[in-house]
Amino acid sequence: MSGRRQTIRWRDIGVPLAVFLAALALWEGLVRWKNIPPYILPAPSVIFDKLIEDRELLFSSLMATLGVTFEALVVATVCGVALALLIAQSKWLERALLPFAITLQVTPIIAIAPLLLVYMRPDNAVLVCAFLVAFFPILSNTSLGLASVDFGLRDLFDLYHASPWQKLIYLRLPSALPQFLAGLRIGGGLALIGAIVAELAAGASGEGSGLAYRIVEAGFRLDIPRMFAALALISLSGLAIYGALAALSHVLLRRWHESARAREE
Amino acid sequence: MDAVTAAPALVSLRAVGKTFPNGLVALADYDLDVREGETLTLLGPSGCGKSTALRLIAGLANPTAGSIDWSAPHIKNNIGFVFQDATLLPWANVFDNVFLPLRLGGLTREAASPRVNEALAHVGLLDFSHALPRELSGGMRMRCAIARALVTRPALILMDEPFAALDEVTRFKLNDDLLALKRRLGATIVFVTHSVFEAAYLSSRIVVMSRRGGAIIDEISIDPAIPRNDDYRSSKTFADTCRRGSQALRVALEQATP
Repeated sequence: MSGRRQTIRWRDIGVPLAVFLAALALWEGLVRWKNIPPYILPAPSVIFDKLIEDRELLFSSLMATLGVTFEALVVATVCGVALALLIAQSKWLERALLPFAITLQVTPIIAIAPLLLVYMRPDNAVLVCAFLVAFFPILSNTSLGLASVDFGLRDLFDLYHASPWQKLIYLRLPSALPQFLAGLRIGGGLALIGAIVAELAAGASGEGSGLAYRIVEAGFRLDIPRMFAALALISLSGLAIYGALAALSHVLLRRWHESARAREE
Repeated sequence: MDAVTAAPALVSLRAVGKTFPNGLVALADYDLDVREGETLTLLGPSGCGKSTALRLIAGLANPTAGSIDWSAPHIKNNIGFVFQDATLLPWANVFDNVFLPLRLGGLTREAASPRVNEALAHVGLLDFSHALPRELSGGMRMRCAIARALVTRPALILMDEPFAALDEVTRFKLNDDLLALKRRLGATIVFVTHSVFEAAYLSSRIVVMSRRGGAIIDEISIDPAIPRNDDYRSSKTFADTCRRGSQALRVALEQATP
């Protein structure tokens, strides 16, 4: 049993890791074999050296981007859940508020960012951009969860004359938890994308602390290895955010929800 | 006339009608007395309005015509209901599921604990109080639902085809357990099923309903003093009751066929 579980874990982690390392080796070999200069395509080893060499600068930029991403995700979670709860209380509120949320969602953030930069300080504009893209998946998923309560359980709570507050605490919120966590996983990745997009839009006018700014700056200097190094950090950050939120979801749902159970079995 | 048929009505449905917004008539001009202490089974084909009648009694739906009269108003506010599915909170363990009605009534866990444990003991789940619903078999989940219905000590328990999804062995066992609980607790039970055999085994009275607005085709009384066991299943009384119930069901189905 444990042997089988170990095999599954090794297959899940080992196979993609092996493919990734093979792709890096191929990339490294190709660059060396064809003598491709680093300002066209740097080899992975050169990018790694750059990561080490510029670690202080890149790490402080990484912290700045992650800080904005985290702040945006927290605000998006609070606002998304609060609005989902409001919408769940009344169809009128849903009709009044949801179109605004959908409009914000379907308008590309790259088109909103320059406008926000006109009205706000760059760091606030970056935060708002990241918030806007992370907000909608949390809102829509939580709304779906709150509206998808089992009819039998609703009857049960009605039978025992549960108050609206009791229904919310003991029934609707726990029922919505799986969908909320799915929205949070999507929102976490999108918050990072929103922050990066806004930093790119802010460009030289920004305060120049985030990873996207490092990419823009390195592009101006034709420091292609640093561009790749910053890009690698962004990708790793996205994976880490998704992994952390997936782990949180697994911890909270593994004992009772089908989605987490399927992964366990 | 035996003791049960002579007992006063706990709840009476008078000329009750239930028409859904899509125009479907579930019940029309429906009369039913639920008498104190009886095990009344509503038997009929699917769609005959059995479950609707149960939901109206529970207050989970409102009649579109007629009235529902209670012998004492407090009974109406303390009804046990066992649904067709166990309808347990999947994130809560057995104890918390059974505790739920008391929690909604404002009791603390400490105050409710003896009653929850008593209800769990009644259904043989005391050793599984920390298990989650997914860790239980179908029969155990249904026992948990029954414990939850019992925990408020209701005078009336409504059961909507609670054993329909279970295998026959589990169903027979739960039938016996339900009868034992009934003897111990003395509550009035209204049971919905479309199994003639289950109705004949459990009931002191069977009401056979047709799909025509729940019209009552037949009403069969069974002496509640007769012990319900394997001997009863092979007795003439059981066979006669099943035969009469089957005939009434056949009439109910013929009436429903255009």
